Amino acid sequence: MTTTLDAGRLTHLQRLEAEAIQIMREAVAESERPAMLYSIGKDSSCMLHLARKAFHPSTPPFPLVHVDTTWKFSDMYEFRDKTAAEHGLDLVVHQNPDCVARGINPFDHGSAMHTDMWKTDGLKQVIDEHRFDLCFGGARRDEEKSRAKERVFSVRSAQHQWDPKRQRPELWQLYNARRSNGETLRVFPISNWTELDVWQYIHLEQIPIVPLYFAASRPVVERDGTLIMVDDDRFQLNDGEVPEHRSVRFRTLGCYPLSGAIESEADTLTGIIQEMLLATTSERQGRIIDFDASGSMEKKKQEGYF
Amino acid sequence: MAHASDLIATDIDEYLTSHQYKSLLRFITCGSVDDGKSTLIGRLLYESHLVFEDHLAQLAADSAKVGTQGTDLDFALLLDGLTAEREQGITIDVAYRFFSTERRKFIVADTPGHEQYTRNMVTGASTADAAVLMVDARKGVLTQTRRHSYLVSLLGIKHVAVAVNKMDLVDYSHEIYDAICAEFLDFAGRIGIDHVTFIPVSALKGDNITEPSGHTPWYHGPTLMGHLETVPVDDEATSSPFRMPVQWVNRPSHDFRGFSGRVVGGTVKPGDPVRVLPAGTTSTVERIVTMDGDLHEAVAGQSVTLTLSDEIDASRGDLICAADSPAEVADQFEAHVVWMHEDEMLPGRPYLMKIGTRTVGVTIAHPKYRVDVNTLDHLAAHTLALNEIGVCNLSLDRAIPFDPYSTNRDTGGFVIIDKLTQNTVGAGLLHFALRRSHNIHWQDVRVDKGARAELNGQQPGVVWFTGLSGSGKSTIADIVEAKLHADGVRTYLLDGDNVRHGLNRDLGFTDADRVENIRRIAEVSALMVDAGIVVVVSFISPFRAERQLARDRVEDGEFIEVHVDTPLEVAEERDPKGLYAKARAGELANFTGIDSPYEPPEAPEVRVNTSVMSAEGAAEAVVEALRMRGIIG
Repeated sequence: MTTTLDAGRLTHLQRLEAEAIQIMREAVAESERPAMLYSIGKDSSCMLHLARKAFHPSTPPFPLVHVDTTWKFSDMYEFRDKTAAEHGLDLVVHQNPDCVARGINPFDHGSAMHTDMWKTDGLKQVIDEHRFDLCFGGARRDEEKSRAKERVFSVRSAQHQWDPKRQRPELWQLYNARRSNGETLRVFPISNWTELDVWQYIHLEQIPIVPLYFAASRPVVERDGTLIMVDDDRFQLNDGEVPEHRSVRFRTLGCYPLSGAIESEADTLTGIIQEMLLATTSERQGRIIDFDASGSMEKKKQEGYF
Repeated sequence: MAHASDLIATDIDEYLTSHQYKSLLRFITCGSVDDGKSTLIGRLLYESHLVFEDHLAQLAADSAKVGTQGTDLDFALLLDGLTAEREQGITIDVAYRFFSTERRKFIVADTPGHEQYTRNMVTGASTADAAVLMVDARKGVLTQTRRHSYLVSLLGIKHVAVAVNKMDLVDYSHEIYDAICAEFLDFAGRIGIDHVTFIPVSALKGDNITEPSGHTPWYHGPTLMGHLETVPVDDEATSSPFRMPVQWVNRPSHDFRGFSGRVVGGTVKPGDPVRVLPAGTTSTVERIVTMDGDLHEAVAGQSVTLTLSDEIDASRGDLICAADSPAEVADQFEAHVVWMHEDEMLPGRPYLMKIGTRTVGVTIAHPKYRVDVNTLDHLAAHTLALNEIGVCNLSLDRAIPFDPYSTNRDTGGFVIIDKLTQNTVGAGLLHFALRRSHNIHWQDVRVDKGARAELNGQQPGVVWFTGLSGSGKSTIADIVEAKLHADGVRTYLLDGDNVRHGLNRDLGFTDADRVENIRRIAEVSALMVDAGIVVVVSFISPFRAERQLARDRVEDGEFIEVHVDTPLEVAEERDPKGLYAKARAGELANFTGIDSPYEPPEAPEVRVNTSVMSAEGAAEAVVEALRMRGIIG
């Protein structure tokens, strides 16, 4: 980021960047087996860029962990592998073997079970298997009401439970990263960033992101008012359903059958930011798993999702 | 989001450029449950057009269902995060909210005003540049207002705004407003709040929030938003002496060694002389390394990596300071301590203290006094409970660099961590080093422990019996000492009951007193080991942390922990002193195993159980263990 300072005063993005770097260094210094949960989305891209800054000229001293569902967009897999290779980072890809064996998918098993088994269970498995004691995540406090109170260093029990009553007070820049009895930590370096901050930072720092964020002609079908992209031949078309090409892009990325596209012509970063600023619905509305009830994210967190 | 929407629509690049140079203000809002604080923040979000359509739709639905504003939107519902508290109608933790205007980006720490939650307010205030205190115009300055003001002042927030809210309910009365201002100013002067901005508002109706209100023609000051947009972001940190705690030593290869950290005070340039504390070594800054290239200067708030021109030893926890105005180094302090956990503070118990990037052992003395946050009176106190604030002396297990909190929040603020649960149980503000910290030195002596032990012809050590009352500790300890004595070993027996008749006659049976009881015994044991004696200690000693403290006072291999692991039922059945009966009858409080916990040792050197072995057999097992460890021949 720009190194010229306005009378010694930092801009809001400079302050956020410095805070995120401080959090990452603190987490790495106080853990034995750290890892970064890497979801391939824009927040992950932003977080990875911050990690590279935090440890420069060293390479970030932890692997990227992708809890895979096998149902991400093919563009995402390509981007993931390229990014890890480019920065010389270890990449740990975990697919819940139980889900692989049973062929869990969003079409036959529904979005809730699909997400719970692949992501929530998969995350627990990979943490246990590699004995990670601290995982970075890209969650932001502005995403959802229950996240506004999430700590930067969030304690999970040996059973991966989040207990709102056991979260530690965080004062000044002092984070307590100590763990007892199999506890692990989730650390959220971009807690205090908003969606606009992330986009603006990507813009200023020219951080690569998955091309799906940019508008292009893509094959989609419309279901319950949501545009779903037909990314491969596993897509189960209903009778009479024919994919049509429309100019669309994605505001959030996940499993392709669960990610709603929006019609857009925005194929530049500033175009995306412009659309985002003029939009009147919040980001998470594109994520189908949040639709259940407004307390649902909190429930998922207690169960160990993120 | 409609604000600046014309610019967004017509020239996004220009908009982004203007947004890029916004500064960041972190502020805290404080108020009582009904002051309308959540409504105010909801209003600020709404007025800055940050409420999305789907949020608004949900807000309308929620307002109809659980709202308190009839058919109007209940802005407070935008904020309450966790479902349980939403139903209770009070926020019970610190929540962070974000909004921006055309001039600034804001992070609001929303903390509850409820009686019990000093902890949350202190947490929110610790990162705030400014504070907005809410006062209900109908009620004026309340006890809670005083409490919030005190905490804001304690945490060193310099910019305070008082929003006199609900002006619509007092017919926008100038007289009422003036009376509240006068009352508050009188109080603020006494607690050291120098600069206060008063603003008459109605969060519900929107008066003086973003636009000057036609209802208050007598008011000529800024709107609340106007105030927040112009209050100076604290530049004090930049003008103070250079400080950077080392977070991480960056060594990608043999030819690069950098010290990574965030500057928490002043500025630094290549060529600046620095001093690394606590060691006191000096060097010169060579480069300020970042991924974007080397910097010609770094200022407070920036995260950087410094290289030094000399190969000096510095590691995580050290503080790099301006050589001409370094921090002080000390190991004993006076501090304000805020207790943040349900388990009360135990004076004398070893805790951990994290300050900067350094974690050290600390024991906290009995409070000199507790502060009644409502009246500011100083009260006598034996300990601190959840949400209590007191002034205490701290004793650290090694010297640390620090600045008084009033000079630098980041080198003077600390948290206290429980060694067993690893929870953050307290926080504090260092004021000054105690003089004795500089003046007490170890006296070198010519006759040392080894010399004494050699003359005695034995290895000194501590045989520490722990277990429930009635478990058989004293009986076994007595037999063990007799056996050792018969073998010609010089011994001394410290028995819980006997010591309480003398050295510890001033102590009772609260958790705090039990900790102090054991601390003294640990010290006496250590002195006796230093004198070359085998000490046999028989104390219930229910807490792991204090047994660890006793273990830490002597050298490795000198501490033999004997857990007399007799089940509670058996001990209670025996009840040799009739104490269990009394405790069960409620005549004896804080009795271990009944209404006070016993934390069994996880890995004692010896474990005996008198329900399956005789006292004689148990004693023999202990003597055998001493023999195996070379304590006796």
